[in-house]
Amino acid sequence: MNRFISTALSLAAVVAIAGCASPPPDLDLALTRPSVDRKYVVTLQPPAVPAAINQLHSWRVSLASPAGAPIAQARIRVDGGMPQHGHGLPTQPQVTQDLPDGSYLIEGLKFSMTGWWEIKLAIDGPGGADKVTFNTVVSAPGAGH
Amino acid sequence: MSRLHSRVWAPARIVAAGALLAMALAQAASPQPATTGERWSAEDLAVLASLSLKRLAPTPVDPSNAVERLPAAVDLGERLFNDARFSRNGAVSCASCHDPRKQFQDGLPVGQGVGTGSRRAMPIVGAAYSSWLFWDGRKDSLWAQALGPLEDAVEHGGNRTRHAQLVAEHYRKDYEALFGAMPRLDGLPRDAGPGGSAAEKAAWAALDARQRDGVSRVFSNMGKAIAAYEKSLQHAPSRLDRYIDAVVRSDPAARGLLQASELRGLRLFIGKAQCVSCHNGPLFTDQQFHNTGVPPLDAARPDRGRAAATAKVRGDEFNCLGPFSDARPTQCQELRFMVSDDAALEGAFKTPGLRGVAQRPPYMHAGQLGTLEQVVRHYVAAPHAVVGHSELTHRHAGASAPPHVERAPIELTAAEAADLVSFLGTLGSEQPSAPAGP
Repeated sequence: MNRFISTALSLAAVVAIAGCASPPPDLDLALTRPSVDRKYVVTLQPPAVPAAINQLHSWRVSLASPAGAPIAQARIRVDGGMPQHGHGLPTQPQVTQDLPDGSYLIEGLKFSMTGWWEIKLAIDGPGGADKVTFNTVVSAPGAGH
Repeated sequence: MSRLHSRVWAPARIVAAGALLAMALAQAASPQPATTGERWSAEDLAVLASLSLKRLAPTPVDPSNAVERLPAAVDLGERLFNDARFSRNGAVSCASCHDPRKQFQDGLPVGQGVGTGSRRAMPIVGAAYSSWLFWDGRKDSLWAQALGPLEDAVEHGGNRTRHAQLVAEHYRKDYEALFGAMPRLDGLPRDAGPGGSAAEKAAWAALDARQRDGVSRVFSNMGKAIAAYEKSLQHAPSRLDRYIDAVVRSDPAARGLLQASELRGLRLFIGKAQCVSCHNGPLFTDQQFHNTGVPPLDAARPDRGRAAATAKVRGDEFNCLGPFSDARPTQCQELRFMVSDDAALEGAFKTPGLRGVAQRPPYMHAGQLGTLEQVVRHYVAAPHAVVGHSELTHRHAGASAPPHVERAPIELTAAEAADLVSFLGTLGSEQPSAPAGP
């Protein structure tokens, strides 16, 4: 009986939490996604070592046509934020280099806290303008997820 | 897909409960052992651990200040910090508004220097972890920040030429040991500076470029010494730190460290009161700028906060990219990637840290809220912002929560609000903040 009550209380506690406790359980974390109008296939590559909270760091992005041909010399703008908190990115990341392998270097990303962040790319390439949104969940160091 | 999930929180709690049931059962089945006297889920434990002072990263290096780690700079900086001669009336030092006996602040709504300021003096311990200094972040380093009040008409009311001459008169030997020979200051007017009275500005314009550079260089080095001192100040652990560290290692000593109301308040702080969404990490700040609809001091001329500051920091001669910085331009990434073109910056102010908060009323950027009870009521009331747009969600009386919002309203009973205030009292250092060493 006590376990039932404590379970019910735990459930009530979890349900009552309206803070930024958990990202949605079925969040799509794929790092390769088609853009919204399917003009491009976009791959986002995080840094090999996750950055610390509030540390400026870089990601890479590569573009391909739906047939898989790499696309260079596109213009990419970066936006995003934390949907559960209603705020944007704390910095203005930019594509600063077109890399030799055809990918693009995005510098100036920073996450100001743990949780669910969106990285939104606006792409202007040979196929025209399109957009794509990636989800990433920033976890605490040593969280062991 | 993400938009659908962000609307889950406010109206769909009952629907979500089914999905959360499995999660809750899993958490209930493996809670924190009762030896510590309180059940925390694995997820809560991770959040608690992230708040511990033990998790505070080593003090960041500021490449723009070459002397920041030198003990001699810390020593010189402390003396400059406490020297009231660096003011128009000889009575205002940094310590006047940043009193070491009061957590390096003054307990007043706005600073009182030679005149009356427009914003609250901020505490200094931990400021080294901020990329942007002041409530609006208009300075990008600790040393550049220190120079602001020294030349501000209502704070110290001084000017850099007079300050440089005072350094030559009273601190030459220690200055030169750190920074090399002082420039020639003979023949300079007593008072001259780019931001003072008309006479001071005229006197400054009448100097040649070499003289101006020499004076500005001494002035910038004053800031660098002061910054070295400020950076040496460290938080001492709080009772909350002792509790968190004990809970994380399942130590029964945790039991009894926090009172029942403080524990309830902690649960609210990391839960439905949503405080931890901005007041996070070991310093209880995300170091970012937010508009929470704090009523302006002067509704006729509301403070635009960050929105008005990005142009100032970009144009500051003492910023990371300027001629007095010791950094290479490639090390000035914060400036390079600074957000400056965003409506969210209107009326946005830097999240202050909360260590020691209960002992330093009043609160907000112009001391508008006199007690922590008023602060909590503010977050629950979530008033519309006078300038810009508040990130808080306002729930109109009698209405259900607005559907198309990303953040649920903060809803607390009077008892819960009291618990939250009670918890905030556990964040004080148990010893006075002090420099790390001689």
